[in-house]
Amino acid sequence: IHFVLLISRQGKVRLTKWYSPYSQKERTKVIRELSGLILTRGPKLCNFVEWSGLKVVYKRYASLYFCMCINQDDNELEVLEIIHHFVEILDRYFGSVCELDLIFNFHKAYYILDELLIAGELQESSKKTVARLIAAQDSLVEAAKEQASSISNMIAQATK
Amino acid sequence: MNPFSSGTRLRDMIRAIRACKTAAEERGVVRKECAAIRAAVSENDQEYRHRNLAKLMFIHMLGYPTHFGQMECLKLIASAGFPEKRIGYLGLMLLLDERQEVLMLVTNSLKQDLNHTNQYIVGLALCALGNICSAEMARDLAPEVERLLQFRDPNIRKKAALCSIRIIKKVPDLAENFTNPAASLLKEKHHGVLITGLQLCTDLCKASEEALEYFRKKCTEGVVKVLKDIANSPYAPEYDISGITDPFLHIRLLRFLRILGQGDADASDCMNDILAQVATKTESNKNAGNAILYECVETIMSIEDNSGLRVLAINILGRFLSNRDNNIRYVALNMLMKAITVDTQAVQRHRATILECVKDSDASIRKRALELVFLLVNDSNVKPLTKELIEYLEVSDQEFKGDLTAKICSIVEKFSTDKIWYIDQMLKVLSEAGNFVKDEVWHALIVVISNASNLHGYTVRSLCKAVQTSGEQESLVRVAVWCIGEYGEMLVNSTGMLDIEEPITVTESDAVDVIEIAIKRHTSDLTTRAMCLSALLKLSSRFPACSQRIKDIIIQYKGSLVLELQQRSIEFNSIIEKHHNIRSLLVERMPVLDEATYNGRRAGSLPGTASASNGAALNLPNGVAKPPAAPLVDLLDLSSDDVPTPSPSGGDFLQDLLGVDLSPASSQSGTIQAQKSGTDVLLDLLSIGTPPARSSSSTSDILSSIQDNKTSSGTLERLSSPSALSAQSSSPAGGSPIMDLLDGFAPNLATQENNGPSYPSIVAFESSSLKLMFNFSKSPGNPQATTIQATFTNKSTNIFTDFIFQAAVPKFLQLHLDPASSNTLPASGNESITQDLRVTNSQHGKKSLVMRIRIAYKANSKDVLEEGQINNFPRGL
Repeated sequence: IHFVLLISRQGKVRLTKWYSPYSQKERTKVIRELSGLILTRGPKLCNFVEWSGLKVVYKRYASLYFCMCINQDDNELEVLEIIHHFVEILDRYFGSVCELDLIFNFHKAYYILDELLIAGELQESSKKTVARLIAAQDSLVEAAKEQASSISNMIAQATK
Repeated sequence: MNPFSSGTRLRDMIRAIRACKTAAEERGVVRKECAAIRAAVSENDQEYRHRNLAKLMFIHMLGYPTHFGQMECLKLIASAGFPEKRIGYLGLMLLLDERQEVLMLVTNSLKQDLNHTNQYIVGLALCALGNICSAEMARDLAPEVERLLQFRDPNIRKKAALCSIRIIKKVPDLAENFTNPAASLLKEKHHGVLITGLQLCTDLCKASEEALEYFRKKCTEGVVKVLKDIANSPYAPEYDISGITDPFLHIRLLRFLRILGQGDADASDCMNDILAQVATKTESNKNAGNAILYECVETIMSIEDNSGLRVLAINILGRFLSNRDNNIRYVALNMLMKAITVDTQAVQRHRATILECVKDSDASIRKRALELVFLLVNDSNVKPLTKELIEYLEVSDQEFKGDLTAKICSIVEKFSTDKIWYIDQMLKVLSEAGNFVKDEVWHALIVVISNASNLHGYTVRSLCKAVQTSGEQESLVRVAVWCIGEYGEMLVNSTGMLDIEEPITVTESDAVDVIEIAIKRHTSDLTTRAMCLSALLKLSSRFPACSQRIKDIIIQYKGSLVLELQQRSIEFNSIIEKHHNIRSLLVERMPVLDEATYNGRRAGSLPGTASASNGAALNLPNGVAKPPAAPLVDLLDLSSDDVPTPSPSGGDFLQDLLGVDLSPASSQSGTIQAQKSGTDVLLDLLSIGTPPARSSSSTSDILSSIQDNKTSSGTLERLSSPSALSAQSSSPAGGSPIMDLLDGFAPNLATQENNGPSYPSIVAFESSSLKLMFNFSKSPGNPQATTIQATFTNKSTNIFTDFIFQAAVPKFLQLHLDPASSNTLPASGNESITQDLRVTNSQHGKKSLVMRIRIAYKANSKDVLEEGQINNFPRGL
């Protein structure tokens, strides 16, 4: 997988992850071209678009298009399944995910994606394992925050 | 909340940005936030660093520049806590990519984190490394990653495996270090580790032949067993997707088996059974199952021959093809392309279905299907298939017509058995989608038509009919115009009627009508109009009755703003008016065009090197020839007036001249745009006008002259080269008109030949009133210095006084101007001014000369200033 894109129906970018090197300029160009290509396609058409020697597999969930760009000889059907896998994990994590969740918690969406894909390859096929790993890391963050606040409380009390 | 914090929370910022109604408003908010973050960065604010970075990531996603945040990522990564590192690494992956040098600074932190006691921090570092590492980082950190492949926690092992993939992609020589640990990953039970391990092994096989051999020996059986287990495993809720246990693992196993089995009969044998089982047992009513089947089919196609399995695979594809789901049909078409090399017959059976897919409403499917049809065409089915495709061309979408037309044309060209079929099909395509047809295609058609002498009449009549209904198709019009010009009398006299034809009556004035309509249509471009004028000239001699009318049409372009048309109009008009005696010879039918030469040229798509060497050989003797100042157009007149009635062989030569007379136009026009179109016309006419008598070497010479026709010297070369050739080969007594005409060159040839390396003269500058030629000479022993003799010629009818020439050169050149021969330039090219320039090139051999010039003079007691830049100096000065 060369890159992952989440585009809203209005063409707004909600998440981008690049596994192959694209300069900032190329990224903007890619996003513009692809949103023009994908957002205009009708609902009944197939989920694959051929684009500059590569293929883009996309799937629409509510108002969001999940797109992944792959090589010509990769398995398109499997990538569709990966997209669905990702969406289900997001769904479980946020509890029926919607676009707003992904906007305000975009970093969390990235964390989840990082548990699913590395270097453009699938990392984990179990939704449970991903959820467990994310939960463990979230709790680490929470613990650190609590500790920090208790320390700052102590400092605050000591300096009173 | 810290009372000193000036920033807003991340959530508030996102809200504020979303509340913006206009792009300008949004930019304002972002600017304010960025300013606050910059301030925080310069104050080295610690407390809100991670929040600022999170904001920056959001801003980055909106497409604003965020480079000032890059160092913040590094600082966060270097801090001790997990939350800081987490956001820091995320920022690193989002804001940076492998090509930024800042990335090198993070290598040390990464190394520390890869050895951290907290496994989640190790995980973060591996993830970042896997996503953005550069080749240098890969080398530095490979040992750490290799060690982590044996880490106790499987989640780290799987991350390390994917990270290794990135490393060996960046540095393939590291592959051997990873082969052993990768093989041991395949024995694991944990699905994540298995999936990533398989992926790593697959990539290792691609990177190194040894790794492939190693895995083939050690792992084939193991992998087959894993696939067997997983395919037969009972319901496993954690990995289940629509009734199948872990399709991702299935697919990776199949893919790895494909690599192992490819080109190895033993390994292929070993996996036959399980492949058959997967192919037959997998449920195909859900996408996951189909994905497995698809992968399985590809594996079966790729491994060593097993006909039973292949039948199974082709059957699966057949089922896919008739599926109603577009995705499945798409992948079926995709896979059939690969299957066609294995079993053409089996794919041919689905031809009808595939042909239907060409007409699908989905562009992706159409494209795949068209590619496939193209591969399916053979001698036996080409006619019905072409018929279908052409019929579809009539109704297809505009954006699909380009692809479709190109494919039909190449099918027709590749498989044409008889000329009449070829011509028929091409005419249909031209009438339907002539605007999408590439130039080479209709050029080729004209060559074929010219060669099919028994079909001339038929073709021109069909074209005449077609152009009346589809006159808006540019290339159809061009072909029609060319053919009417050449074979106009066949159109009128109905010569060469074929049995299948319906007779039509076309009068002479009808034929002229067709061309008149074409030339006057506002959509017609320069090439078409220029071709129309040539056709009219030809018709003027073929249809004496219409001669006056043709003259009237031609004369309308006398004032055309396009130089090309204007020149043709004036020249043709004078041919019609003044030179009755040679007109009919001048516009004789083109000799049959040489198909072999044309095809060879097309195949070689301008054989640059061949023509270069050829051209150079010819350049030496005559390239230096100082061309007469009279414009070439005169040559045409000259030839018609002074040459005693040309012999029949001279007719060819005159046609040449007619073909060539375009090139001075293009050099005169000067501006790049006109030049470009001029070249097009040239290409068209010249390529078509190549007489068969000409050897292929001189054809390439024409090409070279087209390539460098920025100056008219190219044309002169070409004009004189036949004489040079004939002078060498034929006896000097051969007093052919050609020799007479070009006799003027001969002395120059003789005198210049022994002058060491010499360079062709160039037209350095040309405007409507003035022409500047450069002649070059070099003194032996000083390669850096060049003496340029500049010759100015006045093309206007006014005398130029106070003539001053100035020139400027870049720093690496030194320029010395000698005084000019005069400062008055008589009118109409009667005399010329010469001036010597001495240039020393300190970068001799590296850079070629360039010069900017300014010429000031008084004409009609008005001050005139002309400026230009000269870039067309010969190389090596």
